[in-house]
Amino acid sequence: MLDKALDGSKRYWTWILFLLAVIGIGMANYLKQFEYGLGVTGMSRDISWGVYIAQFTYLVGVAASAVMLIIPKYLHDYKTFGKIVILGEFLAISAVTMCLLFIVADLGQPMRLMNVVLYPTPGSILFWDMIVLNGYLFINLLVGWTTLAAERKQVPPPAWIKPFIYLSIPWAVSIHTVTAFLYAGLPGRHLWLTAIMAPRFLSSAFASGPALLILLCLLVRKLSKFDPGKEAIQTLAKIVTYAMIINIFFLAMEFFTAFYSNIPGHMAPLQYLFFGFHGHGNLVPFMWASIIIGVTSVGLLINPATRQNEKILAFAAAGIFIATWIDKGIGLVIGGFIPNPFEKVTEYSATGTEISIALGIWAIGALVLTVLYKIAISVKEETGGEEVH
Amino acid sequence: MSMDRRDFLKIAGITGLLGAGTAALSGRMPGALEAASTSPNSNALKAKQWAMVIDMRKFKTPDDYKKVIHACHSIHNIPDFGNPKDEIKWIWTDTFEHTFVGQEHEHISEAVKEKPFVLLCNHCEKPACVRVCPTKATFKRKDGIVMMDYHRCIGCRFCMAACPFGARSFNYRDPRPFIKDNNLKYPTRMKGVVEKCTFCVERLDEGLMPACVEACKDTKALVFGDLGDPASEVRKVLRENFTIRRKPELGTSPSVYYIVGGGENAG
Repeated sequence: MLDKALDGSKRYWTWILFLLAVIGIGMANYLKQFEYGLGVTGMSRDISWGVYIAQFTYLVGVAASAVMLIIPKYLHDYKTFGKIVILGEFLAISAVTMCLLFIVADLGQPMRLMNVVLYPTPGSILFWDMIVLNGYLFINLLVGWTTLAAERKQVPPPAWIKPFIYLSIPWAVSIHTVTAFLYAGLPGRHLWLTAIMAPRFLSSAFASGPALLILLCLLVRKLSKFDPGKEAIQTLAKIVTYAMIINIFFLAMEFFTAFYSNIPGHMAPLQYLFFGFHGHGNLVPFMWASIIIGVTSVGLLINPATRQNEKILAFAAAGIFIATWIDKGIGLVIGGFIPNPFEKVTEYSATGTEISIALGIWAIGALVLTVLYKIAISVKEETGGEEVH
Repeated sequence: MSMDRRDFLKIAGITGLLGAGTAALSGRMPGALEAASTSPNSNALKAKQWAMVIDMRKFKTPDDYKKVIHACHSIHNIPDFGNPKDEIKWIWTDTFEHTFVGQEHEHISEAVKEKPFVLLCNHCEKPACVRVCPTKATFKRKDGIVMMDYHRCIGCRFCMAACPFGARSFNYRDPRPFIKDNNLKYPTRMKGVVEKCTFCVERLDEGLMPACVEACKDTKALVFGDLGDPASEVRKVLRENFTIRRKPELGTSPSVYYIVGGGENAG
């Protein structure tokens, strides 16, 4: 089936070349970082994780969202999702690939990566994150490829794949729970030390991932002969709506606990993020943009009239994606380091080199996604998108 | 179908490399080695749990601080980059407000408010940094010292996020050109690894007190000894003085204690 990725239009190849160019620039900047060290980034003694770890955290959520298609399709026999479940699985593959690359980009000594395997340390959450992320990548490759191959032959998927499909459900929950535990188990980082960190991660994941899938479905319909179907897109929109409402509710819970208890340590990072702290407030405009865009998008999604208008829906889905990205892809990680253990504020801003490397990794994800979607859609165009049961 | 399976295996083989492949590899490693440490000679000082009492009453002049910090930073090849972003420090000073976060109040005595406090790694009995390290590059020795293996560290900086005391520094760039007088008896570090105070394990192994303790031995501003030995000097000082630790509520159980003093500093 890989050959289908090599047979594309001029537009397809132009897009591929564009991505390769972005990857190339990112790669060149990574070589610079590899040579000089992580000092080329905006990270410091106080803000020791930045853009890379924040992107990793956000993309784990995007990856986990495939389960929002798997559960209705395989546990509730919701046939409407039959046509697009592969799009969710392939998005997960692309997202996990980016997660792994962002972790590697963040390492001070990437050549020693294998030390995590050579000296396995089950007490470290990072050890488990390595296992669940790689496992999730493998499961989605296996399930996605096998079911697509069966669809191409117009035969039912082999029976042995079923256990892997069911396994992917708790596994998707595990990747985001374990990633939340990276943060939620650290003493002295008040923004992260919250029992609802994993639930927050999951709610944000089930909003951001399906929101991206809506955009991808609309794009696929525009660019190919394959139509994911209006009903499937509307169901995704409802999933996004519920998940985002829960996500905003959880954020409100954090505010209540911190500010009603009036404990300074708990209030400080939220003050920094949303109101400014000791005269520092680089992220304040971003966090409020996230709130305003998120709430507006939820409003558009709740109202059936606006949700069913696909132009407005695309706008709202993009809004959810951006709002959750600001919240998790910037605020959560940086905010956790501010104030520092001495109650002092060191601000962080990413450098050009750092942003270029991050864009390069996003472009690798986009390339993986493009190739996988090209294959899937070519098969769907041949078969008319109907699976065999 | 066979064609598809072959295609699949090609992709799975490449992308699954980190996962299934390496998991199998780990099974073949001979019994996991303890991370690096120096081999002690017969004079080596031993303890159940090394600890330090910092007697702030004894720090009076800027020179009292300077000699302690210099003793450490010069022998351990600490680079000076001249900027806070890349800064590496093993022992340093900060105000009471920043050292004992949450303990300050607006009517605190001027002497305490203005006084610099000495800070270093707390060598916690239950260190959060050791708990999170994915390679055991940072580990707790039998004598309670929280140690680093610079050759095993992958530079993930999870320990820096975990440490509630801001005790850890990361080599954001090659430190070697920024070391003033290279002490050839102590290793330099490379870029991309984390480092911090080690209670001078290399000196303890030779029967010597930590460099900072030795630097102020005339005033006994820093008292170092075995917390597990009731007859040790640290235990004696802890018995006879009121001492506090940084952030005890976090449960890491720091092994560095402070005699804050107060009134007597006013004069």
